Amino acid sequence: MSPAPAAETVPTQTAATESAATETAAAGAPRVELRSLDTLWFQVAGTVCNLACTHCFISCSPTNHTHEFLSLATVRSYLDEAVELGVKEYYFTGGEPFLNPEMEAILAATLAAGPATVLTNGLLLDRERCARLAALAAGSDYSLDLRISLDGYSPAANDPIRGEGTFERILGGALNAASAGLDPVLTVTEVHRENAGDEGRGRFIELLRERGIERPRLKVLPVFHLGAEAERSGAYESWQRLREGDDGGAGWDHLQCSSCRMVTDQGVWVCPILVNEPAGRMGERLADTLGGFPLAHSACWTCHVHGVSCRT
Amino acid sequence: MSQRPPEDEIAKARRAAERARLGAHRGLATWGERLVPLHDFRRAAAGHGRALAEDERRCEVHGFLAAHGDATPVEGPYSRIAVFGGVYNNSFGLEALLADAARRGAEAVYCLGDFGGFGPHPDRVWPLLEAGGVRSIQGNYEQSLAAGAEDCNCGYADPRDNHFAAISYGYTERRCSPAFKSYMGTLPSRRRIRVGERELLLVHGSPRRVNEFLFASTSSAAFLEVLCDRSGADAVLCTHTGLHWHRRLPSGRDVVNVGVLGRPANDGRTEVRYALLSARDGELGVELVPLAYDHHALARDMRAEGLPEEFVETILTGWWTTCLEILPAKERAASRF
Repeated sequence: MSPAPAAETVPTQTAATESAATETAAAGAPRVELRSLDTLWFQVAGTVCNLACTHCFISCSPTNHTHEFLSLATVRSYLDEAVELGVKEYYFTGGEPFLNPEMEAILAATLAAGPATVLTNGLLLDRERCARLAALAAGSDYSLDLRISLDGYSPAANDPIRGEGTFERILGGALNAASAGLDPVLTVTEVHRENAGDEGRGRFIELLRERGIERPRLKVLPVFHLGAEAERSGAYESWQRLREGDDGGAGWDHLQCSSCRMVTDQGVWVCPILVNEPAGRMGERLADTLGGFPLAHSACWTCHVHGVSCRT
Repeated sequence: MSQRPPEDEIAKARRAAERARLGAHRGLATWGERLVPLHDFRRAAAGHGRALAEDERRCEVHGFLAAHGDATPVEGPYSRIAVFGGVYNNSFGLEALLADAARRGAEAVYCLGDFGGFGPHPDRVWPLLEAGGVRSIQGNYEQSLAAGAEDCNCGYADPRDNHFAAISYGYTERRCSPAFKSYMGTLPSRRRIRVGERELLLVHGSPRRVNEFLFASTSSAAFLEVLCDRSGADAVLCTHTGLHWHRRLPSGRDVVNVGVLGRPANDGRTEVRYALLSARDGELGVELVPLAYDHHALARDMRAEGLPEEFVETILTGWWTTCLEILPAKERAASRF
């Protein structure tokens, strides 16, 4: 076993110290209340991915088993709870969701209860799978949205981030989805500065049209300086934390954590971003997690300052 | 002399680095930006959060879903009413609606807000609302115009949607009289109405937010049940999305998006929609009525006012050409553009 060259292994004692530091930060942080449980996320592929993107805020890779796959039975048990709590829509992420062998059965079960969105890298979206997904979507009253990640207008911009050869494979998957009538949303992070802004967006839309995607849909997200991205571009500075009053008196309801929770194989977490922070875990079942959460993490600062919603 | 190693050496080194990176997690977990032994992460995670007993969980859920108090007075009772939303400056549509609702025996007419936007001549709408005795609530347009806000607060997320929303709002804001804007500020944000034995809650976007989009394909039945529970209503009526739909919930309650008068429903038809609600044997009768109006006259006035040709095309064809990015997959798939 050889640890990653750039990452350092932390002995148990340091981990305990870290935990104590988190508790201290939490004590002075503003609190966000859960207003309603609108959005339920499933870390359906855990942290296992067929890529190892250099900007992944939870460092997913083929060997990252920090969180494992969710089974259909586990998803079903949380769906039952979610229906009682009035969840409006369901989101699936990983890792790469379609690595989970039960993913399509999980989607079928979910689409009986409400709308579903899958965040995928597009590599496993072959024509046969897209046809099956289109059939699932057609059979439900609810929307099935696919979000496919791409990080540049060219292989030269994208591949160093997402892996060699991925640019063409991602666009191939997106075209398969579009051809099946699934109208995917391309998700782009601001990992390259030129990805943001009207001009950057315009270039992506143009690229997708050139590739035969007639209704290009696009979502741009900021990067979180966590996990692999912290190694790539630097970690947060100590001042990048929220303090009481940073909301200007308007409250914290604009943050997605005021209306979402995340299920992983290790319980229920506050949001999709903090699953690699033990302090992000709020309980065993959804009913355990209906209380507030301290906005003590630097990622909370990103969500507030950039107005991030992980929703499509 | 160049010291660069040959290309295959670079490729070999890159592959080795890649292998090291991909193998980095064996037996380890990511904790923030560090790697720790997997069991350390799991033990620390298990130490956070709550694990309530079953009866405590039931208690938590019960408290979470409790109805919010609401002192809105209840109007009515009626046996039949007409409810519409989103006039978007379409005075031709509003005139047609008032005639149609009267012909169908509506005892009262309610508007769910958004008088302005999209179409021409905002000030033609107010006299018609007054003449028809229309009882209104505020939409995001009325809130923004009355407050002198810089934008419509429609709630779009995509710059392409926001571009056209800004054109609509800018035009309406400039052409709307101060008196009409003040009137908008006096309107309530919700109303409660009794139709037969049913109590209806009238809102613009949703009971929670004036600019929440309730689309049919992204509103689970479970979510709508909880909206009704928390509102203490037998039915919720809303607009804002521009697309009409009706859902009879498993509990027998109803949620109705009444559609809009100012823009056809992205279905290739030039008619617009409104809702007729009737008392029907203890239940609520819900009819979403297609309404024809002089859309050629509207298109002519829009062109004369220099409004975008994209808007005019929608009026003449029944297909949306703008503000499409907000649509969920199912609604987008049914769309021409």
